Amino acid sequence: MTIKGKAYIAGIYEHPTRHAPDKSTAQLHAEVAKGAIEDAGISKDDVDGYFCAGDAPGGAWPMVDYLGLNTKKLRHVDSTETGGCSYIIHLGHAAEAIAAGKCSIALITLAGKPRTGVMPPRAAGAEVDFESAYGATTHNAYGMCAMRHMHDYGTTSEQLAWIKVAASHHAQYNPHAMLKDVVTVEDVLNSPMISDPLHRMDCCVVSDGGGALIVTTPEIAKSLKKPLVKLIGHGEAMKGPRGGKDLDLTYSAGIWSGPRAFEEAGITPKDIKYASIYDSFTITVLMQLEDLGFCKKGEGGKFVADGNLISGVGKLPFNTDGGGLCSNHPVNRGGMTKIIEAVRQLRGEAHPKVQVKNCDLAIAHGTGGLLGVRHAASTAILERV
Amino acid sequence: MSEAKKYPAPVTNPETAAFWDAAKQGKFMIKRCTACGEAHYFPRSICPFCYSDKTVWEEASGEGTIYTWSLMRKSPTGPYAIGYVTLKEGPSVQTNFVDCDLEKLKIGQKVKVVFKPTDGAPLPFFTVA
Repeated sequence: MTIKGKAYIAGIYEHPTRHAPDKSTAQLHAEVAKGAIEDAGISKDDVDGYFCAGDAPGGAWPMVDYLGLNTKKLRHVDSTETGGCSYIIHLGHAAEAIAAGKCSIALITLAGKPRTGVMPPRAAGAEVDFESAYGATTHNAYGMCAMRHMHDYGTTSEQLAWIKVAASHHAQYNPHAMLKDVVTVEDVLNSPMISDPLHRMDCCVVSDGGGALIVTTPEIAKSLKKPLVKLIGHGEAMKGPRGGKDLDLTYSAGIWSGPRAFEEAGITPKDIKYASIYDSFTITVLMQLEDLGFCKKGEGGKFVADGNLISGVGKLPFNTDGGGLCSNHPVNRGGMTKIIEAVRQLRGEAHPKVQVKNCDLAIAHGTGGLLGVRHAASTAILERV
Repeated sequence: MSEAKKYPAPVTNPETAAFWDAAKQGKFMIKRCTACGEAHYFPRSICPFCYSDKTVWEEASGEGTIYTWSLMRKSPTGPYAIGYVTLKEGPSVQTNFVDCDLEKLKIGQKVKVVFKPTDGAPLPFFTVA
């Protein structure tokens, strides 16, 4: 049993806003749902599967009601919550549901406003008394990974900076990007230290906004007008300190989700023409590239240096919308926009300055939670038909 | 700086109460499984490695080495250094480093446990040995 080729992404929409003090979170969900439904060219009354995560106010049933989805038709819901990669996991789950005949048109939404207001705290796990006082945040949890990666493999701040430099080269062409200025390695190194060894420019933006997807059957996708993009491989995985045994923060759960997706797709990292890689921080990208097999463990620094991630310049064009580092990291969750830019590339709808030629195979990979503590990862491999 | 910081009191629960009772005596406890022999942290009643319920409390030496660290410079409560310490007994534990020069922490450095008061049971931290 496989989901290879069983589901197509027929609709995408990224909200253009990056700051939405005058809108409600539910309203943003509705706006992105409407955008993706219109992009696909379907009616909202055709939607029979709905997927959302922890950012959806109240969860699935209040959202289904608020969005006015057709409850006579809706027959599959999934509110899997794995932080920023939830939507990549939803994509795989939607394909599974479609392959099993449990739904035929799935809507996945993400939206929220961390730039406008404080986000609600995450629910505590069993570890709460043993960890919460120590103040693990995204910045320092990823700082801990970077510190150890540098120690074990000689990775440098200059190498990490190249990831931000590449993202900025792409963001200059995105009219919606929060940060459009092209930056240099020196700019990154001269930005203030936030949590050693990560500088401010090693960190992603904080943005309001959202995005949505329509996932459907091959038959329905072929009846619509958009270029055909199909899911051919998917993987998901989780990792944590596991009782503190053999702690190793230099790799992520991507080391498991990636191979699962590539095996299902029947391709290798060498076949990928464009990569959407989760970029909450520069170190996130570097570790994911290693874990996914684009280079050997420990060689990520060398791989990303000298513009190797810049479209038209390097071997692996990544995050051509500017990514979370420069364009958008809606609700502190970058998984949705990773899928959307991969679909744009496969459709040939990316900005002409960053569009990858003959882009027929792309990867969208994300993580959720804290790489330095406990987290999830999910990998999707997409093919233009 | 870290002395002045107010730390939240552990809520505690039946599974971990013995840890916090020992902390009040200045003892840093870990759990060890008598079936597979592995130690783990934070403490669970069922061994996370072999799923045996034959886990017992053991007083740890409180000594270890820094696995990694990061100095959080942008914080409303002032800078703090978070990290993991690999205990002499094996498990690595998340902690903050206190009562030492946070700019000079090094991976591999020897550290030891210190307890800091809360309104409830004291919390374990680590400082340079």
